[in-house]
Amino acid sequence: MNGFGALARAQWVGFWRDKQNWFWLMAFPLMFLVLFGFLFRDAGASKSTLTQIGSVAVIDQLPAEAKAQFNDLFEVTKTTDAAAALEEVRKGDIDAAVEQRGNEVILHYSQADQVTAATVRGTLSAFVDGANVAVSGQPPTFTLDATAVEDESLKPIQFIAPGLLGWAVAMGATFNAAMPFVTWRTNKLLRRIRLAPIRTEALVASRLLVSVAVALIQMVVFLAVGVTLFDLQLSGSWWMAIPLLLCATLAFMAIGLIAGAVSKTAEAASGIVNVIILPMAFLSGSFIPLDQAPSWLQSISRVLPLGQLNEGLLDTMVRGEGPSSALLPMAILLGFALVFGLIAARLFRWED
Amino acid sequence: MTNVIETRGLVKRYGDLTAVDHVDISVPQGTFFGLLGPNGAGKTTTLEIIEGIRQPDEGEALIFGEKVWPRNRALLPRIGVQLQASAFFERLTVEEQLRCFAELYGVPLARIDAMLDMVGLQEKRTVRTEDLSGGQKQRLSIACSLIHDPEVVFLDEPTAALDPQARRNLWDVLRAINAEGRTVILTTHYMDEAEILCDQIAIIDRGKILTTDSPRNLITGLGAAYRILLSEDALAEAEAERLPGVESAALSNGTLALTTYDPSPVLTALAERDALQGLQVTSATLEDVFLTLTGREYRA
Repeated sequence: MNGFGALARAQWVGFWRDKQNWFWLMAFPLMFLVLFGFLFRDAGASKSTLTQIGSVAVIDQLPAEAKAQFNDLFEVTKTTDAAAALEEVRKGDIDAAVEQRGNEVILHYSQADQVTAATVRGTLSAFVDGANVAVSGQPPTFTLDATAVEDESLKPIQFIAPGLLGWAVAMGATFNAAMPFVTWRTNKLLRRIRLAPIRTEALVASRLLVSVAVALIQMVVFLAVGVTLFDLQLSGSWWMAIPLLLCATLAFMAIGLIAGAVSKTAEAASGIVNVIILPMAFLSGSFIPLDQAPSWLQSISRVLPLGQLNEGLLDTMVRGEGPSSALLPMAILLGFALVFGLIAARLFRWED
Repeated sequence: MTNVIETRGLVKRYGDLTAVDHVDISVPQGTFFGLLGPNGAGKTTTLEIIEGIRQPDEGEALIFGEKVWPRNRALLPRIGVQLQASAFFERLTVEEQLRCFAELYGVPLARIDAMLDMVGLQEKRTVRTEDLSGGQKQRLSIACSLIHDPEVVFLDEPTAALDPQARRNLWDVLRAINAEGRTVILTTHYMDEAEILCDQIAIIDRGKILTTDSPRNLITGLGAAYRILLSEDALAEAEAERLPGVESAALSNGTLALTTYDPSPVLTALAERDALQGLQVTSATLEDVFLTLTGREYRA
């Protein structure tokens, strides 16, 4: 398309050289990622604390494989002071204490925290049952292989990274559409471009290309930081995030174009974009996962473009759902893009 | 001669204000045409209508016989428009700006060098436009409007807010543009600029074209007297009054001022008497033309 390449390059170089862009669209969201990443680093690995009083043969003589599994679930400290251990359980400093008298394994727990107590009881009794089966010399008839529906290493970073990435991309695409058009209308560059023999589509498409490139860079940087610093585990169809981000960029660019069309100054446009994006980020679970949020909040999230983007990113990047799980969010995002795009085309002005 | 630009009864109203009031302009091929008038006279609006940026309420503007509104993409490569404000892409260098515009018009990149030479910005090519001086920005803006070698060039107050040195530099550039055979339309509120640069001047005030002619014809058409100034020791006042063709002579502040409608015999007589010390001859200016046309002093 005539002029498309020239406009795309000019805008890209202009974007690239603006340090402010890189701070607000890259460093700023990354700061949140690093902050949340460190804050919740160990919160996901919910090991139970267990104090072993004296020698407990059932645990000590576990086969190596079972022992490793046991250590994944329990953080074991050993003591010979039974009274002190029980006191710690009572205070809630440790989840439970275990001792063995002959063939009897005794678990001391506190009823103050019944959920933890039940978890520890259930887990430990599974190991005891396992030991019983092993002693009988018979292979077990039934085995239970329980796996979580989410990736096994379900740590908070898995939820934080996609949500913050969604927010960063939404912010980038919206600002990138709103600001230039306001600035260019003010300094008459828009008029100058209009006087060149190019199609309006070339101008919009070149802006879109720049925004998509920015979104993809944001994605690469986010994932790189997540994987290297916080052991983010991507599930099979994470690459579906790319078409998702593309659809989202379209939708948010259309929102940005509307904000740019109704604003007289760059400051006003920036304000409008912030007023749209920041609350939307909260309501869409970019900062706080919505899984435990009230259902009305989850419903709101579903009618917001960023809510759809976050849901799609979570499904494909960490929940391990297939590539097709991104299709519905993508379709909805394209719907938003179409509606907002038509409004933006209606409101678009070349001149003040 | 064919007219490159024709407007027929252009009218543009903003509320109660008629910014452009039935403007008819014809600009022949190769002319350096000036729209001269005080600020707020309607120069820029008229120009923008001719450029096809603004829609007139009445009338139409034609370039090469084609309508300029609605946006006529076939016409755009043939016209070059320099805008008042410095309309550049942010954070691009001089060369990158020109390159972008060259590509927008699909012209060879070799044009960039030619343009940089023309406006004298070769050594600034790697400088970002934000760091240019006002005069340099103005020259770059002209280079951007000429990159595609247009046949008609529109310049809206190109020397506004420039220092005298920069203005003179720019005049040289503008003359060169016209000398290459391009038709140039310039708006200005500087009388001297219009007088020096333009072949044809349309004087515009309150949205109306008052008159259109060459600067020379406009001035001589006034039939105003010439003033010949001499230093007081050149000639006695009484003798000066008796010279052929002199209407009156007056001495003030050490300067002897003669008034005449026919300066040639007066100057000959002065030369014969070897009385040309401190000679200056002034005629009427465009300001006098404006004063005569509107009955008001010209206030730029």
